[in-house]
Amino acid sequence: MSDWADHMQQGKVDMTENQADQGIIDEDSQNGTRYSVGIDLGTTHCVLSYAELGDIDDEQFLSHVMAIPQLTSPGSVEEKTQLPSFLYQAHEDELAEGSTSLPWTAKPEYLVGEIARSLGSKTPIRLVASAKSWLCHAGVDCKAAILPVDSPDEIERVSPFQATSAYLQHMRDAWQSQHPDAPLAQQDVVITVPASFDPAARELTVEAARAVGLGQAILLEEPQAALYSWIEKSHGDWRKHAEVGDIILVIDVGGGTTDLSLIAVTQQDGNLELTRVAVGDHILLGGDNMDLALAYTVKAKLEQDGKRLEPWQIQALTHGCRDAKEKIFNNSELDTMPLVVASRGSSLIGGTLRTELTREEVNRVLIDGFLPKVAISELPVSRPRTGLRTAGLPYAQDAGITRHLAAFLTKQQGATDELDDINLPEHASFLHPTAVLFNGGVLKAEALAERLMAVLNSWLSAEQAPEARLLAGADLDLAVARGAAYYGFVRKGKGVRIKGGTAASYYVGIESAMLAVPGMAPEIQALCIAPFGMEEGTQQELPDDEFGLVIGEPVRFRFFASNTRREDKVGTRLDYWTNEELSELDEIEITLPEESRRPGEVVPVHLCAAVTEVGTLELQAISQKDSGRWKIEFDVRAGE
Amino acid sequence: MNNYVIDLSLKPTTFDLWHVCLAGTVALLSLILIMLLLTMLVSLMRCRKKPVNFQAAPAPEPVVRIVEKIVEVEKLVHAPAKEPVVLKEATPDAALQLLGLLQQEARFIDFIKEDITAFSDADIGNAARVVHEGCNKALNEHFTLAVVRNEQEGSKITLPQGFDAATVRLTGNIIGTAPFTGTLVHKGWQVTSIRLPKLTLSHNAAIVAPAEVEL
Repeated sequence: MSDWADHMQQGKVDMTENQADQGIIDEDSQNGTRYSVGIDLGTTHCVLSYAELGDIDDEQFLSHVMAIPQLTSPGSVEEKTQLPSFLYQAHEDELAEGSTSLPWTAKPEYLVGEIARSLGSKTPIRLVASAKSWLCHAGVDCKAAILPVDSPDEIERVSPFQATSAYLQHMRDAWQSQHPDAPLAQQDVVITVPASFDPAARELTVEAARAVGLGQAILLEEPQAALYSWIEKSHGDWRKHAEVGDIILVIDVGGGTTDLSLIAVTQQDGNLELTRVAVGDHILLGGDNMDLALAYTVKAKLEQDGKRLEPWQIQALTHGCRDAKEKIFNNSELDTMPLVVASRGSSLIGGTLRTELTREEVNRVLIDGFLPKVAISELPVSRPRTGLRTAGLPYAQDAGITRHLAAFLTKQQGATDELDDINLPEHASFLHPTAVLFNGGVLKAEALAERLMAVLNSWLSAEQAPEARLLAGADLDLAVARGAAYYGFVRKGKGVRIKGGTAASYYVGIESAMLAVPGMAPEIQALCIAPFGMEEGTQQELPDDEFGLVIGEPVRFRFFASNTRREDKVGTRLDYWTNEELSELDEIEITLPEESRRPGEVVPVHLCAAVTEVGTLELQAISQKDSGRWKIEFDVRAGE
Repeated sequence: MNNYVIDLSLKPTTFDLWHVCLAGTVALLSLILIMLLLTMLVSLMRCRKKPVNFQAAPAPEPVVRIVEKIVEVEKLVHAPAKEPVVLKEATPDAALQLLGLLQQEARFIDFIKEDITAFSDADIGNAARVVHEGCNKALNEHFTLAVVRNEQEGSKITLPQGFDAATVRLTGNIIGTAPFTGTLVHKGWQVTSIRLPKLTLSHNAAIVAPAEVEL
């Protein structure tokens, strides 16, 4: 918490400084942009970091983390650097009138933050959590009110989109109340998203920002933000720690997701360049799984002694395990940590349950369970999903993070083929990273970080490759928000920019002209509409491939993405592909409006893909006749 | 009928009491107007001088802000020395709030209010862990604590003349004059910053733990 106090004081100093040199700022406020603001919209926590653009000319970059005022319990407001990404749908009689006021509103529309998490821990049927993971969940309509999922019909639901907007709105209002003279809508805002977010999820995030008046916000991938933060923290020294030919593996294990990215260091005219060459799949596996795994281990131990645990006790146990685990990891002399679950009634001594968490259990469950020593050839276990599944998130079935990592590196073996500066040995069976950057609170535990490095290095040394080194000095909790704020500077032409572009190539499925065979689904061809690594602000058209669209009738296309096929150009047609190469996303839909045309008329169109400056993919159908343009929607599940 | 006719070409031929009154009012009003204008002019000039003073020393201002904050905190610690007769009344809200936080985080009231005579030390120890951990969390979250004296407890220290008697308490053989040399028995604690949650207007702080009903 002392960190927190520092930030607060720094914040205060800044405020007074601002007031003092009002004269200088008045010039800037013509266009109103004074700050670069980075928002880490996390699965479990949101963080807002900002830096003044005024000091852009000197190399100094001074970023602050904003303390976000939020309700912590009914009637009390506290400032915390993290805003828990939870939303609570309180019953109308549950909270006293006026006990939910915030500094900027007497009655907020939604309860978010710490109060939502603490009320929701006792009333889970009213708690909305992990809205972000839903955004990237194929097969649900993210604008339909579906959360919380397993709750009685009486409870009012919100959509994942609304929940995301609510978190952004809270942060916007908090900013506004602290910086009344610098509206957030006028600042440079960067919102981070997982590298594995698909086009629809990115679009939804941007739309949520637009819904709260942050139309100018742009997107940045979280692993890139982590690397930006590391570059910024090194104060220009990063060039000494990275050299041409390096492949930096960014491993981001957050509360709910694991995100992997590869960034290559190359050279252009004597300057070092960074290129993001590959991103991993969206893996729903993180620190929360670890705490839960420990709690169930302890629960099993208690049940052997004949004690039955109620759900609230397991919850308390999970909290206890989180703290105990951290103490065991941080103190090498501690071999057992007592765990105590207090009774709920006012009698504390009588009803308290006591047990222990041992170092052996932590090692077995967390290190061997989540980071097993595996060979590079091992793949994540995936059981076929049972037919009847309740509507829920597609959580990773294999908890072995190292197995997911092995699969990623093997799959991306050819990621650097086109880069001359990077030479992989011929016998290599996977892409050899030379440096590793960690991100996410889980990897603060040294034991876990060491194991992850040990496993990776064992793969490397088995192929006579040099060991990968750990890039030190990263702030694992706040790096993403800080890096996002720094990205605002980079966009102004300061420092090095990571080249990336689209993280995948995209395809539409078209039925090939073949004789129909009874009982067989028609053959599908995949037509590439956007190549891998398409840069922001560019667009590509396929004028040769025509489609006839009927006015007024929606036409749906199957939509595919590949994060391995780098060589495909726009217009490339694939007749055959494996499931690993192309993964199917949600369908996309085009409807030509009836205005000024006859319903039923067939209009020839071709497709055009553009990557916006914001970082989203935009698909359009362009009429061959009069160059009319229609947007192609990603999120078509609403109509189902 | 007695109709009044307004004829602006007419000139008064006699100077009666009404005319005297009118002339006097005009003179008085113009005097007031002159005085008003003068005061406005003076105040305007004063205002213009002020910003010049502000701009002359903008740099130390941020520092002043921080000190201001700390002084505010210290007021809670020390009793006001100037008016010894009037004792400061502590506001109940902050005390109730702290009690609420300790109960919420550490089950403090539950623990203290429970009759512990019947329980074994092991049971009490288990519960004490809950209380210790929670109190620690609540204190760290809402207060920044520092020691008053950095010296090792048990070591000899010397207090110069004019030492602050509010921060160091003398005990035992107090004779003679400063500087005093003695053994540091307790290093002392001081709160250097305090971060209590803000309360909504309607919040009843006296409810330190609401009754809980599970449906």
